[in-house]
Amino acid sequence: MAILVDSATKVMFQGLTGATASRAAERAIAGGTAVVAGVRPGKGGGQHLNIPLFDGVAEAARETGADATAVFVPPLQAADAMIEAIEAEIPLIVCVTERIPVLDMIRVKDALSGSKSRLIGPNSFGIISPGQCRIGVMPDRPHKPGRIGIASRTATLTYAAVEQTSRMGLGQSTSVGVGGDPVHGIGFAECLELFLADDATHGVVLIGEIGGTEEEEAAELLRRVKPKKPVVACIVGVHAPPDRRMGHAGTVDPLGGGSARDKIEALGGAGAIIAESPSLIGHAMREALRHL
Amino acid sequence: MNLHEYQAKALLRDYGIPLPPGAVAATPEEAQGRAGDLGGSAWVLKAQVHAGERQAAGGVRMVKTPKEVAKAASDLLGSKIVTGQTGRDGLLVRKVYVEQACDVAREVYAALLVNRAKARIDVVASREGGAGVETALAKRESVINLPIGESGLAESDVARLSEVLGLSAGQGSAVAGIMAQARRAFVETDASLIEFNPLAITKTGEIVALDVKMVLDDNALGRHPELAELRDTDEIDPQEREADRYEHNYARMDGNIGLMTTGAGLGLAAIDLIKEAGGEPANFMDTRPMASRQQIAEGILLLLRDKRVRVVLVMAIGGGILHCDTIAEGIATAFREAGASVPVVYHAAGTGKEISELTLRNQGIPAIFADSMEEAAHEAVRIAGSGDG
Repeated sequence: MAILVDSATKVMFQGLTGATASRAAERAIAGGTAVVAGVRPGKGGGQHLNIPLFDGVAEAARETGADATAVFVPPLQAADAMIEAIEAEIPLIVCVTERIPVLDMIRVKDALSGSKSRLIGPNSFGIISPGQCRIGVMPDRPHKPGRIGIASRTATLTYAAVEQTSRMGLGQSTSVGVGGDPVHGIGFAECLELFLADDATHGVVLIGEIGGTEEEEAAELLRRVKPKKPVVACIVGVHAPPDRRMGHAGTVDPLGGGSARDKIEALGGAGAIIAESPSLIGHAMREALRHL
Repeated sequence: MNLHEYQAKALLRDYGIPLPPGAVAATPEEAQGRAGDLGGSAWVLKAQVHAGERQAAGGVRMVKTPKEVAKAASDLLGSKIVTGQTGRDGLLVRKVYVEQACDVAREVYAALLVNRAKARIDVVASREGGAGVETALAKRESVINLPIGESGLAESDVARLSEVLGLSAGQGSAVAGIMAQARRAFVETDASLIEFNPLAITKTGEIVALDVKMVLDDNALGRHPELAELRDTDEIDPQEREADRYEHNYARMDGNIGLMTTGAGLGLAAIDLIKEAGGEPANFMDTRPMASRQQIAEGILLLLRDKRVRVVLVMAIGGGILHCDTIAEGIATAFREAGASVPVVYHAAGTGKEISELTLRNQGIPAIFADSMEEAAHEAVRIAGSGDG
């Protein structure tokens, strides 16, 4: 088992004909993912990479039974693409696009509330259940089917954690990029809940950073459910200047929450094991599993 | 993108936000003329730089005669404002904003911003306006945040707002009206912050926005060409501007270790490790996944041109799009172009690690290879701290 995507998942690509999307689709197919449709308005009826193209999401889902969509659409059009997928009741929407205006994401979140869809991203590397299904731009090589669930706000540190857990023979059940944008789809708390309920996941890794309240919400959940599975958390940005924006990483929020120290304290206090540096994540998890 | 006070006020005046009469000037003569045109018997001159705490830094002057206006303007123009938000070198004053002074009885704080956790626009308000707001916000004392929709604040929330700010019912609804208008501006300009600090209550009981800070969402400027033109490139750190041309996210810091990482999270991790090893980064620089060899080279050249930089530290984790070999080729290109002899500490992992290390070795780049992120940070700190670096 895994969370959110597995070998039964049927994936469509919105914006399939673009270069990055094409490469991601080829990779997915090579790894055994069922890519069943592409959406490209005006190109319906055609094919790309031997995948049938449709004009719209609803039609593509109806014709192919796709139950997940990968959104590879330019930033200023991405919100409409996600809303189209929400209206077509696609259960899982994964958006990799970066630099989407934040007010567009508020519109998307309004459409999501009360809908039948879950959103991963935007500004996310995607989601992968190794050996079963991959939707996104992550590298294949470091991933190994296994028993660690990973949820992360930052792509490259995730690859480091994936590499470590693979090398130690733990592997991954599912690795999820919740995305680097301030307003995004599912967060740490929801991923954690899914991982705790998944029998194939024996331990959970959370990779967070300054800004937002994601880590604090996960800590609250941990305090409430007191899980038996070990949770290892790594939070970066302890020494980041508080009033500067560092790439996608947000600054500390006047609405509260946000500093790396606060997050580490919240998660540590709730029973998570804190990895002091990203290179210690795999080690911390192996030790925790050994002492179970 | 940060707007200057005069730009923000020009935008917000069109939305009916109550503001004192004011105008911008670039010379003392112009400032004196503006004061005359505005009329009144006292004026405030404010240095137009992208920084808060201007008053404490001497960037705000109160004057009573047109002659004093010219004198204050000539003091401010060409001077440098150094505040906690500007970095050591401060910011050069190129323009001043001349505004009619008003009789202030009390100052409060009110802002609109994106509540990221709730995915909505919020009003944040505090009874403490002016410089005191930082402490009030940090302590969450006399601070309130309320959701504001298209039709403004909910009626019950207006009452709570009045109570927290200590306003009469009439004044409270005036503030609510201002925030509703400001929300319209927020949405139509794709802002990420509109902050009134202070929002003044005058001695005659009126509400006036004395100072405004407005930040626009860079990601939305593509659909607002007229707003994109308001960017004051003089205010942006030249290195940041250069980095932006090659799509690197750059932030200047105060140390001597030139840093490049593949990804923002890795960049934050690198800064943590450098600081914990006792060193100081000269910058944060995050390359985007789509970066080309040439863009990487330009980023490295930027670090090599920085006179403060005694060692370049590159941490690369190859992913599905950007591979380490592209990073190594970029480093090699930059070193060849610059003929540089600055040492470079290199840590690679993931896609393309082996071939990238081979590339650097074969091209004779003075690279020190580190197996772990910790080792890389320690090595860079050691070199940066030694006299021969």
